[in-house]
Amino acid sequence: MSLIRLDSICRRYEMGGETVHALRGVSISIERGEYVAIMGPSGSGKSTLMNIIGCLDTPSSGSYELNGNTVADMDDNDLADIRNREIGFVFQTFNLLSRSTALRNVELPLIYAGVDIDERREIALAALADVGLADRVEHRPNEMSGGQRQRVAVARALVNKPSLLLADEPTGNLDSKTGEEILALFKALHAKGNTLIVVTHEEEVARHARRIIRIRDGLVASDEVVT
Amino acid sequence: MNIGSEISEGLRISWEALRGNLMRSVLTTVGIVIGIVTVTLMATALEYLNTAFRDAISFLGTDVLYVDRNEWFIDNNNKFDRMQRREKITMAQVRAVEEGLSGVSGVAPSVMQGVEGLRYGDRSTGGVLMIGTNEQFIITGGASLASGRFMTKAEAAANRDLCIIGADIADKLFEKEEPLGKRITVADQRLEVIGIFEKRGSVLGGMSLDNQIVIPIQKMNRGFKWDPSCVIQIKVGDTARIPAVRDELRGLMRKIRRLPPGREDDFAINQSEALVSQFGKVSAIIAAAGFFITGLSLFVGGIGIMNIMFVSVAERTQEIGVRKAIGARNRTVLLQFLIEAAAICLLGGIIAIGITRGLVEVARVYLPKVAMSWSVVVLALTVAVGTGLISGFLPAWRAARMRPVDALRKD
Amino acid sequence: MKRLLAELRENIRMALSALAANKLRSALTLLGVMVGVFSIILVMTAVRAMKNNIEREMGALGSRTFAVTRFPVVNFEGPHGSMRYYRRKELNIQQGQQFQKIADFAPVVGLHSPFGSFTVSSRFAETPPNVPVEGATPGVFQTNNWTMVEGRPLLTADVESARDVCVISIELAKTLFPLGSPVGQRVKIEAINYTITGVLERVGSSEAKALAVIPITTGLNRFGRRRDIGILVQAADVATLGDTMEQARGVLRTIRKVAPGEPDDFEMLTSDSLIKQFNDVTFAVRIGLAVVSSISLLAAGVGIMNIMLVSVTERTREIGVRRAIGAKKRSIMSQFIIEAVVLCEIGGLAGVILGFAGANAVAVYLLKVPPAFPADWAIFGVAICSVVGVIFGSYPAYKAANLDPIESLRYD
Repeated sequence: MSLIRLDSICRRYEMGGETVHALRGVSISIERGEYVAIMGPSGSGKSTLMNIIGCLDTPSSGSYELNGNTVADMDDNDLADIRNREIGFVFQTFNLLSRSTALRNVELPLIYAGVDIDERREIALAALADVGLADRVEHRPNEMSGGQRQRVAVARALVNKPSLLLADEPTGNLDSKTGEEILALFKALHAKGNTLIVVTHEEEVARHARRIIRIRDGLVASDEVVT
Repeated sequence: MNIGSEISEGLRISWEALRGNLMRSVLTTVGIVIGIVTVTLMATALEYLNTAFRDAISFLGTDVLYVDRNEWFIDNNNKFDRMQRREKITMAQVRAVEEGLSGVSGVAPSVMQGVEGLRYGDRSTGGVLMIGTNEQFIITGGASLASGRFMTKAEAAANRDLCIIGADIADKLFEKEEPLGKRITVADQRLEVIGIFEKRGSVLGGMSLDNQIVIPIQKMNRGFKWDPSCVIQIKVGDTARIPAVRDELRGLMRKIRRLPPGREDDFAINQSEALVSQFGKVSAIIAAAGFFITGLSLFVGGIGIMNIMFVSVAERTQEIGVRKAIGARNRTVLLQFLIEAAAICLLGGIIAIGITRGLVEVARVYLPKVAMSWSVVVLALTVAVGTGLISGFLPAWRAARMRPVDALRKD
Repeated sequence: MKRLLAELRENIRMALSALAANKLRSALTLLGVMVGVFSIILVMTAVRAMKNNIEREMGALGSRTFAVTRFPVVNFEGPHGSMRYYRRKELNIQQGQQFQKIADFAPVVGLHSPFGSFTVSSRFAETPPNVPVEGATPGVFQTNNWTMVEGRPLLTADVESARDVCVISIELAKTLFPLGSPVGQRVKIEAINYTITGVLERVGSSEAKALAVIPITTGLNRFGRRRDIGILVQAADVATLGDTMEQARGVLRTIRKVAPGEPDDFEMLTSDSLIKQFNDVTFAVRIGLAVVSSISLLAAGVGIMNIMLVSVTERTREIGVRRAIGAKKRSIMSQFIIEAVVLCEIGGLAGVILGFAGANAVAVYLLKVPPAFPADWAIFGVAICSVVGVIFGSYPAYKAANLDPIESLRYD
């Protein structure tokens, strides 16, 4: 069974009285353990697709199954739980809580999952160690470099052992060297069996993936395996 | 996620948020502090008024009935007019009541008048209240003696030239001298001081109870040519028997005053209860108006919180988005902001209690009996948290209802 | 000057657009100020309405008339005072008539006494037992400003022979004789018939009230002689009021046999003295109420300061741009202060209007007194709003003006 099954997903917005068709029928399947890049120029609908895959947004029509769960039937609370357990987000702008330490940031999904205090500290410390930040746990985001921040974000995304890591332009705000580091980290994660989806407009980044899906005008333009 | 950890997490987040924007937090707190201080001060003042009133009328005794020509509360001119035309309550009637009424602790007639200046040697007092009564007054009147003795039955009946004086009069006329046995002059009468009352204070800071002089009632009637309608004071002794005694007394008085059946009473049986209920009405109006006005400043404080919480929600939209993206439920976000609002109000409430406490201490210099009770403290904290929850609700609701995509997109 | 005006206009325009840009926030801030001002205006208007009403009642005598009574209207001395007053001799009709005879220096002397309220009935209708019945001499019609709508007032002869006649107020006339003229008709009060000689109207009275006036002598016969009367004396004009009062005092002391050196055993009062006494006694209470009701405005001021600080932070870039294109510190400062003042003024005006409405609703429906519109408090309300705006807007404005232009341009 596929981890992700999108079947003729459409997403329309009302914008100033006009209907915008962001997605016009996208069908994709992604298997467990894949490393997929989603590419497309801005306005192609790739962000909308990412939002739907990440359960931040729901499709106007079409069906979406994530790990056997039919997302379309879910209410806000179920979606929150799905995001908490099944998906780890990595954002272009890191989106860390600026007033909280790295440890607190990583603990956050565990708090929402209801893990008790001792256990969650242990898990969060391990996750930070996994991304090589064992010595930065008490630092706040503004005391860290961009690469370190993004690694905190990755640790936070992985801390609940989600079935899917969803990264939106993860290297967009990083210099190329740090970008490489993050991509190396992704590669290692993939090697460990994690499923990764990276949304990007950079060929460089996309080439690290094993499969590239190109979106254009709300439709899948191509879907190819990287050799 | 269980509610306990949600609350502790909420508190932690609010603490960070409040510290992160210190000036704003201080001002918001000040706003709520002003509101809570006025409300608690109002509550303290009202409480003081109530206790002061109860203290004040305690001299009337809760189990003492006052048979009088007039009712204590006259709500229209007609009634007043009619009462003015009622027959006096005479000494003969008092005697008939004494004889006819059984099983009460004491029955004393009383007439009062204001007199100018008691004199002893070259010292004199200002105006004092002179009470003419008999030996039973020591039972009905609620006063006890500091020294000396009260008049005896024989003395009262024999219209002796004696008096028992209040503490203030004793102080003023005698300073360091021993008053007992001395003769003081009132108008053209000379009276021997046989007893001095314990200090009793004053009624609502007005009429002093220590500025009284008690003499035999006949002395008053003849010696001072003051023979108005008597007030008969009856100490029942047992609160439970008051209604029974009241009924008996009414029948007795009707018989004594020869009222045919069907005619309305031409006398009144007053009791301190009447004062209490009358005062209750007045104090309820004062309380309603007072809490409304002070409530307005609390309302303004609440608006301030709502406003600043809206700002806070707007500023933290992205944070809300992140939290939602990593699994915060709507309820969690709602609770987080509610806790933040409630926490700032609770803090305000605690500070306000401190300030009120201080102001009460200052007021104590002038009104020694003012006190801030625990119920006021509880009221302050409850109102504070309530204000926080109510005014925080709309902003928190807005935050909770945000769609994660929109929240994340905003910067 | 012209430049300053232009700048001011620009500032107000900007303030309004800033307020419009953040409607919810402006509305809430405004609401705070509004409630603050509402509180003051509500309380002070209600107080004023009551005060006006009492003054009107007290002022019924007019400016050249004074009253002589046994007891003071208000007793400021507590129980001792009232005991002393109570010992005073009655002020009876004989003394009144004696006074009237001697006091030829006073153009008008009236004797009056209220007898209580009763049911008054005619052939057509009957009132509830709440119509005041007043005993009077002809002079009372003049001292009380009663004018005859119809018929004649009471005459000296009516009083001398204690006739069963009466004059009724126009309000009572309308109730008892809905159709024809009441003059010559009879009304029954407490089982006695009285012939109506005239209908009076009370000029300048605060409210329309039923009233029946009978000769004071008739009333004393019917309702009992043991009662105090009041003497009303009208001086020729306001200037001679003082002299007339002094002369009257001498006459009364003689009549009541007050020994030289003893204080008067009666009260003399004019409308003005009554009103002054009343105002003196209630002054502290009114000040207290003004203070308590102003507290909410203080809370509102703190709220404004808070929200202005937010506004300054949010508009850091805008401030940077303005500074970069040459705005002086002063103009940035005045921009923000004006914004605060505009906000306060809008709220303040709304608060004044609502306060008037609320207080007068309370006055008319709850306290049953005529409404009041104290312009002084309205002006105070609006003025204090500007003061609040300036005071609480100053710190945020100062902060805005002292932002480093370079830093603020970089801010996001």
